Amino acid sequence: MRLDVILRVISKLLLPFMLVFALYVQFHGDYGPGGGFQAGVIVAAAVILYAIMFGLDAALEAVPVRVVEIMVPLGVLIYAGVGVASLLLGANFLDYDVLGHDHHHAQELGVMLVEIGVLVSVSGTMLAIFYAFAGRGR
Amino acid sequence: MIEALINMVLLTLLAAIMIGVVRLRNLFAVVILSSAYSFIIATVLIVLDAVDVAMTEAAVGAGISTVLMLAVLFLTKTEEQKPKHSPALPLFVATVTGIALIYGTLDLPAFGVPDQPIHTHVGAYYLEKSVEETGIPNVVSSVLASYRGFDTLGETTVVFTAGIGVLLLLRRNRRRNGKNGETS
Repeated sequence: MRLDVILRVISKLLLPFMLVFALYVQFHGDYGPGGGFQAGVIVAAAVILYAIMFGLDAALEAVPVRVVEIMVPLGVLIYAGVGVASLLLGANFLDYDVLGHDHHHAQELGVMLVEIGVLVSVSGTMLAIFYAFAGRGR
Repeated sequence: MIEALINMVLLTLLAAIMIGVVRLRNLFAVVILSSAYSFIIATVLIVLDAVDVAMTEAAVGAGISTVLMLAVLFLTKTEEQKPKHSPALPLFVATVTGIALIYGTLDLPAFGVPDQPIHTHVGAYYLEKSVEETGIPNVVSSVLASYRGFDTLGETTVVFTAGIGVLLLLRRNRRRNGKNGETS
């Protein structure tokens, strides 16, 4: 019945590479172009591709709506939490220097945590909007 | 030289796509054309060495927003109705705005001129001190996440707010539809 077997096989092959590329963009952002926002939209695009090729139900099983809706505020909480943590450690809000022993390590740790917050929030929001739209036609 | 040539070809393609978008009445074709538009913009951004912005444009502009537009098309008709009013006034407004914008670009400094404020104040400081102060070689990342962490927190909050807004609007409708289904 389904004649789109080439598209399905190709997208199945592409998906792991898309997700690995998203992780690369995320964690290599200190050295190359990229960061949390870019990685977040790539993750969301990968899940949306999965939903288009294998049906919304398959995507909802892989990434449930509940998880997505928790991710939307969780990212902002992670980001602001880094700020609150630095406040509690006795520095200014979002001053990463107190997060580690070494100045450079502290900065890199802070940036990494903050970028993870951006990743979570952005991919969650993109997927939440997609699910909200895709679920309406039924 | 070759960069200018590439840019010219890409910008001509953009203009051609835009004319197609304006002239076509089939909304499916319009959505696909605007996806192509986003891909070409992403290519222009790569030529301008803004690879991270290009990645965002390719993923959001060409990918996700196209899918959202197609999802919307699924709910409505795919053929745009003929406009009831004459296009003279919108054409006039667009022409005047375009001329004003082109006039505005005449005062801009040339591309990449080094003695502009953007390159001499904090920009130069970031470029010199980023590695020393943060240990992060990619200055874009260190500016976004460290020097201007407050800004990025605000941006993340904007994304969060947009997501919450869309969810509130669309989910309330879904629940109301469910209720109607039960009572009727």
